[in-house]
Amino acid sequence: MEYFLQQLINGVTLGSIYGLIAIGYTLVYGIIGMINFAHGDIFMIGAFIALIVIVALGLSAVTGFGLLILALILVLVIAMVFAGVYSWTLERVAYRPLRGSFRLAPLISAIGMSITLQEYARISQDARPKPLQPIVSGGFKVAERINEAGSFVVSLSYIQIIIVATTLILMTIFTLLITHTSLGRAQRACEQDMKMASLLGIDVDRTISITFVMGAALAAVAGLMFLLYYGVIDFYIGFLAGVKAFTAAVLGGIGSLPGAMLGGLVIGLIEVFWSAYFSVEYKDVAAFSMLAMVLIFLPQGILGKPEVEKV
Amino acid sequence: MAATAAAHAGKDMGAILKDCALAGLLGLAIFAPIIGLKTASAPGGLILEQRWGTVFIAAGIVFAGRLALHLLFWSRVDRAKVKAGAPSRLAAKLEPLIPFIGVTMLLAAVILPWLPSTDRYILDLGILVLTYVMLGWGLNIVVGLAGLLDLGYVAFYAVGAYSYALLSTRYFPMWMPEFLMPWAFWICLPVAGLLAACWGVVLGFPVLRLRGDYLAIVTLAFGEIIRVILQNWYTFTGGPNGISGIPRPSFFGIEFTREENGFASVFGLDYTSMHRIIFLYYVILLLALITNFVTMRLRRLPIGRAWEALREDEIACRSLGINTVSTKLTAFAIGAMFAGFAGSFFATRQGFVSPESFVFMESALVLAIVVLGGLGSQIGVVIAAVVMIGGFEMFRNLDFLKNIFGNDFDPGQIRMLIFGLAMVLIMIWRPRGLMTRRDPTIFLKEKKAVSGDLVAEGQG
Repeated sequence: MEYFLQQLINGVTLGSIYGLIAIGYTLVYGIIGMINFAHGDIFMIGAFIALIVIVALGLSAVTGFGLLILALILVLVIAMVFAGVYSWTLERVAYRPLRGSFRLAPLISAIGMSITLQEYARISQDARPKPLQPIVSGGFKVAERINEAGSFVVSLSYIQIIIVATTLILMTIFTLLITHTSLGRAQRACEQDMKMASLLGIDVDRTISITFVMGAALAAVAGLMFLLYYGVIDFYIGFLAGVKAFTAAVLGGIGSLPGAMLGGLVIGLIEVFWSAYFSVEYKDVAAFSMLAMVLIFLPQGILGKPEVEKV
Repeated sequence: MAATAAAHAGKDMGAILKDCALAGLLGLAIFAPIIGLKTASAPGGLILEQRWGTVFIAAGIVFAGRLALHLLFWSRVDRAKVKAGAPSRLAAKLEPLIPFIGVTMLLAAVILPWLPSTDRYILDLGILVLTYVMLGWGLNIVVGLAGLLDLGYVAFYAVGAYSYALLSTRYFPMWMPEFLMPWAFWICLPVAGLLAACWGVVLGFPVLRLRGDYLAIVTLAFGEIIRVILQNWYTFTGGPNGISGIPRPSFFGIEFTREENGFASVFGLDYTSMHRIIFLYYVILLLALITNFVTMRLRRLPIGRAWEALREDEIACRSLGINTVSTKLTAFAIGAMFAGFAGSFFATRQGFVSPESFVFMESALVLAIVVLGGLGSQIGVVIAAVVMIGGFEMFRNLDFLKNIFGNDFDPGQIRMLIFGLAMVLIMIWRPRGLMTRRDPTIFLKEKKAVSGDLVAEGQG
């Protein structure tokens, strides 16, 4: 039972990270109906920028708690801004000229951009994994079991609390942004009918750009969380995390913000429990099979609307 | 794009410079953190190395590139005049030449091993290019003809390679009489193709209902699943170490060895290791030509016409009573079969297979060849394969760049970066690929030229 509880905590943490990335997929797919294949690599770039800022600020475990929180918020903001700039440029350079082009073109351009970003990070930061000393350590002891086999402590680390709390706060902010502001209204209008929205005076290009920036900002948050949680990143983390987050977005129902979060949690839990109870080597197979099964049996997702086929 | 071109043409120099300066500043902001500050390992954690010079050079390149685009490209008013939907100029010019180009290329490919300037390096490169041509043609059936975007094509390549590797090293010595062993390659080749085709059906069946992007992402997932399994199933596939000691192919039973009954002695030649390379070259040339021939013939059969119809409009196909399930499955299976042949050839040529050869990047490369060549165009695939694989090799030989960028600069390092950028740029410049014509294979009375841009793409 204690083991289960521990895995549940880990799964929710991992699921929060996936959920944050998934929002980027779901927003973009909702509006322009393309898989932003390079989104996982924006997450990777965000993680790298966070790492660079952390090293530049000289943060370490000995930094005082109050100062540390302030510094992490600063890191978060810088990473979000830069990832936003990357994503804005990405949309401008690789996707906007292809809007209205034939169906495969944006996807192939996105694959090309994904390769470009990966190689860019690999060449400029080299291919070695980048380890980061733990900055936030310690945590609570939730439960403990002592028997003849030894003791097993269920712990809830501060970093896990930070991850889940940040995710909840950002989710609330972004949901409010989409449901209650004129920007969100414009986004939803574009999602329903881009041509009609532009006829009614919505700057569609600008709305799409902002959508990309929003998704990238959340991916950068996920990048920082990933960095703090695992303590090591490399140029290739974006591919796997991207595919899993996309699975989460589809599972939750593409286009739906709470769906992305829910999907992220489900994928995170599946991955953690699969690793814990079956085999670590095949955890990616579990996630990929999940993707295939969801798309085949539940293509509209848990919270999504079924797509109607029109002639 | 046409509208922006006209708008740019009217702008004065000041506005252009301002725009370029903004682009340069954006470049500065983008490159500053990642290029400017490099994390390096040091005792006690990471440190940052500063490289601001490179950042300014990169931003300068962005500025200059934007300026060049303004002055040379966007200012040309006549771009707006190109009639939308007409076949591209390049394709229109090349169109009457296509049979001629095809024959020339075939002749060049056949005589290549006999040219005096051909050495082992060129032949190895030729074998590599032909392997990709074959993979490209195979994938062209799935993507170009049937309109099903497959991002996991490398999985079938892997199935073919591992089938041959496992059969020839592990199972044939157990099952087969000794005298058949030199024939292992020729027996395994169809078996590997068959197994790959079976996998094509197995993986194709569940995804039939999916369309477009979803199909792409699921095939990607399948490709990765197969790779992860190959990597972790130690007892069967050897895990990350792969399988080594795969037997080399023989000349229909005669081994390429120095011995008495080897190829050289039997034909009264002096022994050189080139014999085997030349033989391998012709094997892959033959396999590739078979792929092409089968594809061309299939296009004239009802099934080929059904593929093309499916690509254009799936709903219309169903209304006309075409069985979309079996049509899609045959496309998957036949495409996979050719990948299996190519994989089998790959295994015997390398003598060694490991999961590392079957990563997603390979799928992306083959897809890029098909797409850049022009979906559905056989000759386009050849041109794209020669350009891309040949271009990759050229980066190895660009040593003069070291004189410009210093000795630390390794041109081989940036080739994937260039590859990624090229994919994006070609999509922007010519989304339908270099050869954009899509001729209908069947026509009524006269053949009408239809550009790919005019035809709605299949929603498969």
